[in-house]
Amino acid sequence: MSATSKTGTDTTPDRTDDQDLGAAGSQLTTAPQEEPPHLPSLGVIGWARWFWRQLTSMRVALLLLLLLSLGSIPGSLIPQSGVDATKVAEFRDAHQTLAPIYDKLGLFHVYSSVWFSAIYILLFVSLIGCIVPRTWQFVGQLRGRPPGAPRRLTRLPAYTTWRTGADPEQVRDAALTLLKKRRFRARVTGDAVAAEKGYLREAGNLAFHIALIVMLVAFAWGQLYKSEGNKLIVEGGGFSNTLTQYDDFKSGNLFTQDDLDPFSFSLNSFTGTYEPTGPNRGTPRTFQADLTYSVGAFGKDKRTTVKVNEPLRIGNSKVYLVSHGYAPVVTVKDAQGNVVMDHQPVPLLPLDSNVTSSGAIKVMDGYRNAKGEKEQLGLQAAFLPTYGGGTSVVSQFPALMNPVLNLEPYHGDLGVDSGIPQSVYQLNKKNLTMFKDSKGAQFRENLNPGETMKLPNGAGSVTFDGVKEWAGFQVTQQPGSGWALAGSFAAIFGLAASLFIQRRRVWVRAVKGADGVTVVEMAGLGRSESAKVPEELGDLAGILYDQAPGAPDPEDDSADPSDSPDPSPDPQAVPAEGAEKQ
Amino acid sequence: MTLAAATDLAAATNENLANISNTLIYSAMAVYTLAFFAYITEWIFGSRSKIGRTAAALTPGAKEAEAPAVTVRKAGATAVLERPKVVVRSAAGARDVPDGPGAHGGDERGDLYGRIAVSLTVLAFLVEFGGVAARAASVERAPWGNMYEFNITFSTVAVGVYLTLLALKKNVRWLGLFLVTTVLLDLGVAVTVLYTASDQLVPALHSYWLYIHVSTAILCGAVFYVGAVSTLLYLFKDSYENKLASGGRPGRFATSFLERLPASASLDKFSYRVNAAVFPLWTFTIIAGAIWAGDAWGRYWGWDPKETWAFITWVAYACYLHARATAGWKGRKAAYLALIAFGCWLFNYYGVNIFVSGKHSYADVGLGALQSVGF
Ligand code: HEM
Repeated sequence: MSATSKTGTDTTPDRTDDQDLGAAGSQLTTAPQEEPPHLPSLGVIGWARWFWRQLTSMRVALLLLLLLSLGSIPGSLIPQSGVDATKVAEFRDAHQTLAPIYDKLGLFHVYSSVWFSAIYILLFVSLIGCIVPRTWQFVGQLRGRPPGAPRRLTRLPAYTTWRTGADPEQVRDAALTLLKKRRFRARVTGDAVAAEKGYLREAGNLAFHIALIVMLVAFAWGQLYKSEGNKLIVEGGGFSNTLTQYDDFKSGNLFTQDDLDPFSFSLNSFTGTYEPTGPNRGTPRTFQADLTYSVGAFGKDKRTTVKVNEPLRIGNSKVYLVSHGYAPVVTVKDAQGNVVMDHQPVPLLPLDSNVTSSGAIKVMDGYRNAKGEKEQLGLQAAFLPTYGGGTSVVSQFPALMNPVLNLEPYHGDLGVDSGIPQSVYQLNKKNLTMFKDSKGAQFRENLNPGETMKLPNGAGSVTFDGVKEWAGFQVTQQPGSGWALAGSFAAIFGLAASLFIQRRRVWVRAVKGADGVTVVEMAGLGRSESAKVPEELGDLAGILYDQAPGAPDPEDDSADPSDSPDPSPDPQAVPAEGAEKQ
Repeated sequence: MTLAAATDLAAATNENLANISNTLIYSAMAVYTLAFFAYITEWIFGSRSKIGRTAAALTPGAKEAEAPAVTVRKAGATAVLERPKVVVRSAAGARDVPDGPGAHGGDERGDLYGRIAVSLTVLAFLVEFGGVAARAASVERAPWGNMYEFNITFSTVAVGVYLTLLALKKNVRWLGLFLVTTVLLDLGVAVTVLYTASDQLVPALHSYWLYIHVSTAILCGAVFYVGAVSTLLYLFKDSYENKLASGGRPGRFATSFLERLPASASLDKFSYRVNAAVFPLWTFTIIAGAIWAGDAWGRYWGWDPKETWAFITWVAYACYLHARATAGWKGRKAAYLALIAFGCWLFNYYGVNIFVSGKHSYADVGLGALQSVGF
């Protein structure tokens, strides 16, 4: 065995061995052949061709993959504007010198930056440049037939032989039938049967790489045509899917308003339940929104519930429940006793996990003060669903166990007409004056539901009528996600086929020896070294051996190497036990 | 019974179960410690045996073993023929080094201790499994709501993978010492630094896609870990073989230790198989996570740090698999890539949870209290 003669010299492939195998080992894969990157001498076309060959080589694909993983890292460590814009702003404030540099490098939006795009576009060009020729080659291999047996089967990784009384033709016929039964593609060439199996491996590998392209295209498509908008709805309120109704809205570059699915819905009620006792007191148990929705302009009303992981699907759109909070209902009267705000729910922003909330109540018009002048009213509102008593300013529990509304009134100009966009949850106090209590301090009051706060000096009153819940919904449209999903499952199956199926060849040679006894030789070759190849060969040999049983060795067998004592170590002989299994 | 009394009773049961779980985890640590000493003893006894199989095969001038080309044998004169034997020949260029005998080095007492160690590992596994199950029962959900639970589940699964490989008669007993050492470290960190009194999952985490996603992530991590250990040992063994082949003399400790491991080629093949076998599952894990994210957050991919590192890990393993098919990258370079890939996996778990905040850390208050979760 020549393998033993190479002890000591490793890694350098044995040239003569490879040449010995000739065509037998060729085309077991469609992977591109590696060639050294020597520079071309030809002009532009030569260079272009050289560049293309480099780009579609395994080495460059590997480097691009490495770059892709390296390039993904900064985006996970530096705040990304697409993920959390406020964090980016904070980072900008904290790192005055670094931020401009990061900006230049696109580090606040790594995954849409020029250099990141360049990496994956190159990778996918390389991928396409790799898949197309490999597919043609594979089709060629499917059309062609397994290559004939190499001259010296003993040189193959798995080998066995025996002598039999059966005729060579008989043996070959039996081998052909056996291999075909085992779903090998087999044929007789010359004195041997050549067979091959495991083409699905290559098919799976190609399917996997094609599926990657499908996923990328689907993802890109989704990015270009996606839309995502948020809408806060108080119990009893409604929404119809048009651009103007959204609180905020983002969309891909190619999205147009007409792409919005026509539907509308209203929020009947929102229910949140929480663990009442124990160490997990306050942990949310369920969040669900009870909706009535209709599809199209004149669709029938239908009822449904939307939960956190269970969006409502309408056409291409999904309606997610993303947030919730409380909206105290208030009635405001002016100094003359006229109602200027009638049972109006005012959504407040939750600040912590016990839904301590804050916000602002703004009375923009209709209000007249004690002197009868037109003025605006602003009330800074803090709301605790469960007030713990005393001076506590945070809620003790997220559900409405002891709701208290704290109000801090101001009068004057809210500044809403100044043209500068203003948060509905905050008061711009620049042109507002506080109401003072008898001691001259800021006037404020805690209200339980049903209670009324009288503004100082007969300036009017505010009644806390009760509490409604609000729910925040996100409506998204992401076309192409079906394709992405199909692509990803194709990728998994392709990958599994590619990694678990071994492509291998088996040859069976049967010839009459000089003494008239048939010598059967079998050999197996896999694409990579694997214990499965000799196992399978042993299996096949066992069955074939039963059909072409052994014949005694010639009388003078002193030269027969099989009689030499078992060399030790010989851990590698695999018994042919296939026949016993039958 | 009033409602309040019922909930109190339930809470008390849960508290009991949580205590039972803690006791079981500590007991498992005790048994793992015993197993650890048994493995150590196996290695120590094994060091007495004189083996030099690798050296014999590689040292220049060593007797060249001759494998039979034809293996039909005659039994005496009556020509009763044996079935033909398959002769296996290494690929061109590969070294023909036999596998080492394992930690016991052929020493009988060493072997005995090795068997005791494996039995103890089985026992510890069962106890730890009980601890994880009790924890799951006490919190009434899958046991991976925080890093403590993730750690105990992860080590249980890793030991489970090892025992499964043993049960499948794979040559992996040599892994035992390394595995049990890491498991002890993992549990030590879990009970001291990461311990969290049981807490509940929030609604965003109630989804069967999440269960699928996290359970496969844990399994992948456990298998990747086994792959990484054998890759690391491959690197040691390979340099040892290289040194021998070039006529060098490795130190006594290296010789005694590495001689007993499988040949570098076997280690390499084993780690490749292990990594390749879970790679599709890892792909699936990421996709399951994306599907869940699509249902929970309204987008299936958002470059959240956790997602990003899962992707980086995936690409790194893809790199490794590619490298094995690329001339000039096989062997050691590919092995380094495999270690880097496992490093990415580790970072995704510990690093991202600790240093980087993202949606997966549930720090945001979108839906009330969202607590940290393993994944
Ligand atoms: C998007 C980037 C890519 C990813 C994630 C990827 C992933 C993979 C994976 C995981 C395998 C292992 C499956 C196996 O060993 O059979 C593989 C194999 C393979 N890839 Fe890629 N690949 C990418 C791009 C490319 C490119 C650009 C090429 C062309 C040069 C390429 C050519 C191959 C070939 C030929 C194999 C089979 C190797 C073999 O026969 O063992 N891949 N790829």
